[in-house]
Amino acid sequence: MNPLKKFLFELQEISLLLWSVFSGLFRKPRYISELIRQMDIIGVGSLPIVLLTGFFTGGVLVLQTFPTLQYYGIHNEAGKSVAISLIRELGPVLTALMVSGRIGSAISAELGSMVVSQQIDAMRALGTDPYKKLVAPRIIALIVMLPLLTAAADIFGIVGAGTVISYVFDQNYDVFIASVRNGITSNDLIGGLIKPFFFGLIIGGIACHKGLTTSGGTVGVGRSTINAVVLSSIWVIIFDFFLAKAIQSILGVGII
Amino acid sequence: MLSEQPDETSAPIEENLEQFDLEVAIDEPDRIVPAIEFRDVFLSFDDTPILNGISFTVRRGETKVILGRSGGGKSTIVRLVLGLLKPDSGQIFVDGEDITKYDEHSMMPVRQKIGMVFQEGALFDSLSVYENVAYRLEEQSVAEDEIDLEVRRMLQFVDLEEAIDKMPIELSGGMRRRVGIARALIGDPQIVLFDEPTAGLDPPTARTICELAIKLRDLQDVSSIFVTHEMNNVGYLSSEYAIVDENGQVIFEKEGQKLCLINTEVIMLRDGKIIFNGSDEQLRSSPDEYIQKFIRGK
Repeated sequence: MNPLKKFLFELQEISLLLWSVFSGLFRKPRYISELIRQMDIIGVGSLPIVLLTGFFTGGVLVLQTFPTLQYYGIHNEAGKSVAISLIRELGPVLTALMVSGRIGSAISAELGSMVVSQQIDAMRALGTDPYKKLVAPRIIALIVMLPLLTAAADIFGIVGAGTVISYVFDQNYDVFIASVRNGITSNDLIGGLIKPFFFGLIIGGIACHKGLTTSGGTVGVGRSTINAVVLSSIWVIIFDFFLAKAIQSILGVGII
Repeated sequence: MLSEQPDETSAPIEENLEQFDLEVAIDEPDRIVPAIEFRDVFLSFDDTPILNGISFTVRRGETKVILGRSGGGKSTIVRLVLGLLKPDSGQIFVDGEDITKYDEHSMMPVRQKIGMVFQEGALFDSLSVYENVAYRLEEQSVAEDEIDLEVRRMLQFVDLEEAIDKMPIELSGGMRRRVGIARALIGDPQIVLFDEPTAGLDPPTARTICELAIKLRDLQDVSSIFVTHEMNNVGYLSSEYAIVDENGQVIFEKEGQKLCLINTEVIMLRDGKIIFNGSDEQLRSSPDEYIQKFIRGK
């Protein structure tokens, strides 16, 4: 199969998987307890790494941009610059990449192991639809939790930036916070929280698809896990470009 | 399903079976509908033919042993019965219902009638033995006390009551298979599929698994497909039967002067085709070189 055909085939398979997840939401049974368990694993479980990532990304942004802003005499605008970078781009993308590494790999490995040990077949044989029981709760949990994790990363990024401003550059913290508040608009926030919704779909769709199509025993599980993380990370970054362009056009958030 | 042993002048086995089917049709009309039926089924994976015009029936209360080399399409047959795979052409009937074109949603009620024992047990690693066995009933929202009762009954059937709170990782290979059997049997399905349940087990444990299959056939009137490549299993299944003695204990006796087993037949697959379908006696006396080589192992 040539690469284009393979890509189109995989795209079709992931689209069908997502379609069966969303069309299945209106049919019983619904696995609410499994959904809550996944939200806990994905949301609460990923919180520490996402907060750390956000905090230090905000810090390093200020560390790198403050001297330049100071050179041009606009260092009081540092808060605005950092907040916009974080909320529009770095918060959603870095959170998605961290979750892709932590959760995308876990989903793919778990489903892949279940496939090679015939547990998925056993589940179907016992009258359970694995898309409803395993795939839907993971994808829904990702869609719900990723925007919340992104918001947490944004907040901790601003806190990190403020900490560096105060303790490294010895600037007034209140001026920084005022700059943040003046700099960001509600459209920035909406744009920044729309992205993680799509990133959740990408990570969940790719990880579940790769897990469920695992073949070749334990070696195959490793291969699926690598593919799930690499592909979902790449597609998050590619999709981010097109989403940014779409959000710029629709919400008009391109101008600082 | 036992029959009086015919004397030397009586009709061949096939005629006896036809006579038996006729009597069954008159007494219990429902029983004449086969539990499983394959009609000219073809299946290929990536242009490689796996099944090449397979046709056979499994009657009510009958055990059909499917023999053949590894990779010969034996497991594919049980996966087709469950609707986990779809044939390229031909028809598959389960309990008289044509499931060939059924989608995943339509297959769910059909699967409720079938128990499946997987090769390695395929137990859910994250669930305890109790939760594994209870899985089907919990999915059907059966009351908790009823589930508890059924799980204990099934674990008693496979003689594993002491393992009820263990996790699959703590069980030996044989115990995992027996839990797999308990899980397949909960809800009392009338069709049970065994996919190489004795592969890789020591002979006594393999014998225990076969005894469970015999008990199901003779005491619970379950129809089953037993996929294997081990001739020992064929010997147990086609020459022994289970009865309950005067003390209420299940005992196993060999067919002989008194009784002859007519509810176990053997199918042999070669290159996706059925090259033999009949009793184990007919199999052993077959002049086919491939069959004799398979039986002797050399």
